[in-house]
Amino acid sequence: MKKLIIILFCLLFSIHGISQEKKKEEKKDTTKLEEVVIKSRRKLSSYRQEKTLSSIDDYLEKANNVIMIKRGNYAWEPTINNMASDRLVVTIDGMQIFGACTDKMDPITSYVDVSNLEKVIVGSGQEGTENGHCLGGGIDLQLPTSKFNESGLKTSADLGYETNGNFIATGLEIEYAGKEFFISADGIYRKSENYKAGNDLEVLYSQFQKCNISLQSGYKFSEVHIVDVNVIYDRATDVGYPALPMDVSLAEALITSLTHNYKPEDKSLKSLETKLYFNTITHIMDDTKRPVVPIRMDMPGWSDTFGFYSKADILKGKHHFIFNLNGFYNKSLAEMTMFSNNPNEPDMFMYTWPDIRTLYSGLFVKDNWHIGDGKSIASSLRLGYHTNRIAKDVGVESLQIFHPNIDDQQNRFLMSMASSYTIKKEYSNITFGLGYGERAPSVSEGYGFFLFNSFDNYDYIGNPNLKNEKAFEANFSFKQKFNDFEIGVQSSYFHIMDYIIGDIAPNVSSMTIGANGVRVYTALDNASIFDVYLNGSYKISDSFSINGTIGYNNGKGSHREHLPLIRPFSYFTEVSYNKPKFNVALQLDGNGNQSNYSSFYGENKTASYAVLNLNLGNAFYGEKGRAILKYGIENILDAKYSTYADWNNIPRQGRNFYINLSFVMH
Amino acid sequence: MKLKYLLPVVLLALVFSCSTDNEDDTDPLNEVEGLMLVKEIVNGDQTIELFNKKGMFETGYNAISIRIKNNTDDTYFENASITWMPMMQMPTMQHSCPRSAITKALGKNTVYEGFIIYQMTNTDGSGWSLTLNYTIDGMDYSVTETISVMQYENQNTASFMASDDTRYILALIEPKNPSIAVNTMKVGLFKMQNMMTFPVVEDYTITLDPRMPGMGNHSSPNNTDLTFNSTDNFYYGDLSLTMTGYWKLNLKLMNASNEVLKGEDVTEENEASSLYLELEF
Repeated sequence: MKKLIIILFCLLFSIHGISQEKKKEEKKDTTKLEEVVIKSRRKLSSYRQEKTLSSIDDYLEKANNVIMIKRGNYAWEPTINNMASDRLVVTIDGMQIFGACTDKMDPITSYVDVSNLEKVIVGSGQEGTENGHCLGGGIDLQLPTSKFNESGLKTSADLGYETNGNFIATGLEIEYAGKEFFISADGIYRKSENYKAGNDLEVLYSQFQKCNISLQSGYKFSEVHIVDVNVIYDRATDVGYPALPMDVSLAEALITSLTHNYKPEDKSLKSLETKLYFNTITHIMDDTKRPVVPIRMDMPGWSDTFGFYSKADILKGKHHFIFNLNGFYNKSLAEMTMFSNNPNEPDMFMYTWPDIRTLYSGLFVKDNWHIGDGKSIASSLRLGYHTNRIAKDVGVESLQIFHPNIDDQQNRFLMSMASSYTIKKEYSNITFGLGYGERAPSVSEGYGFFLFNSFDNYDYIGNPNLKNEKAFEANFSFKQKFNDFEIGVQSSYFHIMDYIIGDIAPNVSSMTIGANGVRVYTALDNASIFDVYLNGSYKISDSFSINGTIGYNNGKGSHREHLPLIRPFSYFTEVSYNKPKFNVALQLDGNGNQSNYSSFYGENKTASYAVLNLNLGNAFYGEKGRAILKYGIENILDAKYSTYADWNNIPRQGRNFYINLSFVMH
Repeated sequence: MKLKYLLPVVLLALVFSCSTDNEDDTDPLNEVEGLMLVKEIVNGDQTIELFNKKGMFETGYNAISIRIKNNTDDTYFENASITWMPMMQMPTMQHSCPRSAITKALGKNTVYEGFIIYQMTNTDGSGWSLTLNYTIDGMDYSVTETISVMQYENQNTASFMASDDTRYILALIEPKNPSIAVNTMKVGLFKMQNMMTFPVVEDYTITLDPRMPGMGNHSSPNNTDLTFNSTDNFYYGDLSLTMTGYWKLNLKLMNASNEVLKGEDVTEENEASSLYLELEF
């Protein structure tokens, strides 16, 4: 299989032709992301980006159906349609990258910074399968491409300060664009002390510190051939996780890629992009800062991924085809060493991820067919072959304690498909979509060994014999404009078969001291997840507008229990005033009572809350550049609250004053 | 390629192709390959050599290999019959310990083997002696020699008085190299009939509950009770070990009619059974 990938790769490199390319220019405004493109018409209004230096986490959270699960003030875990990491495919510019933490303390989004990215594409459900198989959706964090517009040297700097947690952020970017050569380097540093929840309550172990540097360079060999190199190095140290029993002393990622772009002119092949990549992650958990623990332990984890993709864009008549052939090889290893309180006893050791090798190769095809009259049909298909192998014999043997009949290797064939029908009219827009998708169990679900989940206080054991999880999906969205008033509704329904979740193994003793017991990953016959959001906006004048969203989500398993981490009734309203050089917005964000909580999976009822935010922005333009100032108050009323997505109900930030200043010099 | 790079390769190839020639010769020295000499006992024209894996006797189960050398011509006898009697000298009395008969090692000409389970020792390793009685070509010989038996770091054997007023000796034999897996556990169970006689106890059951006291008495799943195997007279069961470290194997001894003779269940209140063995890896 590895050979096959290599052969395919060589072939792809050898079939390039020559022609002229169409230049696509993208502006990057300081560290501000160009856009968060939400497929399936979940558009993010740009005026909701209140901080230029906001983290990707903050950024993603602005999308309706993206919610971040918080275990602290750093490295939030994204969920789409109430489905978290295992059911999503999160990629960096199409590159597969997998966290190295067994306890999900390092979602992929934590290893890049806004300064690295140009845009974020969020695809809901089966619309997110361009880079891999998923049920909930896909997030692609897109890196900027080299530009050869001869704009010369450009420098920009960012400064940010927030009172809550004494948070500072600084960023610097230098870019040079010539005719044939492009280089850009940027660095960003963020540091926060413990933040304070409402009523001045300090949340211990919520500090973090991170630096991120990236280097990108491109060379234009001819009008049609461009080669890009991109290196991102991200290093977070001293990251506290108030919701978890351990912190992180080091989370380090090196993400590298080499991309070849071929953009012929006057051909139906619009572009052929081929990327070869490698990334490596080291993640080290740490409990030395915690004064009282039942037992001291070390929990390092490593994840290395090699891969490639080759993506072709073809326009033919009314059809727009996308082909994406990709493959990757991942090695995930994590171990745990516990130091007995009795010095005469030897250290205790186990592999929590026993060196799992994942090899995937697949093909994605998408056709956007513009029938005419504003009608279009988008259909996509992804087929893939997925192999997991346990490289360590002790890994096979240790899992055999729980599953006597397992092999060291599991092969799976995966299929995802989706189709949607859109009718676009001058004042309205309507889409129906249907999809079917499959995914393989994640490394933790398949091979985890005594992974402690502090949410339900159980140790989890993986199950290599799990079937593929499958989902039928139906979605619908509708938008209608009446003069200055716009109303929209969007909804998704997922019927998930063989829904993977942990089931209590009776009479099995937990490993973690104080845990309730052990759950082994099994599958429910089925589960269903439903969400609906209603948006409305009203333009009072050219610069004055008001908009609001309410949402309802529900998730249930075939065992008639509620699923965990399902968003309760939510609402968001904003009044904003926008002028070219000034904007101000007042926001009200809240959730209703979480009445459908899942006590079976360790959830308790989260009370309703509402917070009020105020944000302002000014832009100054000079001859040599421009300055952008963003400032405001978050949680003005200093409410002490936590949401359903806060791990173990850790309270969120109380009142926070912030200021961000960005300079761009040409 | 230059000759100086090629030469070592050629030489190596030659060495390897030559070294496999004399495989079939039964070099008597090879028959104890991988074993270490524990003791040599000289008895007139014969020297008795005792071997095991570690090169020393320790409390618990000791698998022992024996050779008898003819001192006159440095050959090894292939037709001896041997019995043995280990003896512990106590201040007021002496006693022996469980041991097997001595048989010719399978597929070997000069090596005999058996086992001895030393249930105790003095802190300095003293107290034990070993008497070997052997017959070669119709001639009987006997020799007694003191041996030293060191205390093993863990409790790998238990000698206890049970509720049926009988003293039993239980010794852990396997796993020798435990791993994070379902290990096969093998123990020997003997009854102290008198000071010198330790017959195998048959058809009892030994329940097993492995625990890690250092981890809040964590246990492991899918262990099975040890049952008697009449083909080799040992008890076998499955022992799951979920991580490396110190394990306390809590046991309960039950007779053929399922009456508990020794040991208790491990519960919240009762951290360990009074009958246990220890394991570290």
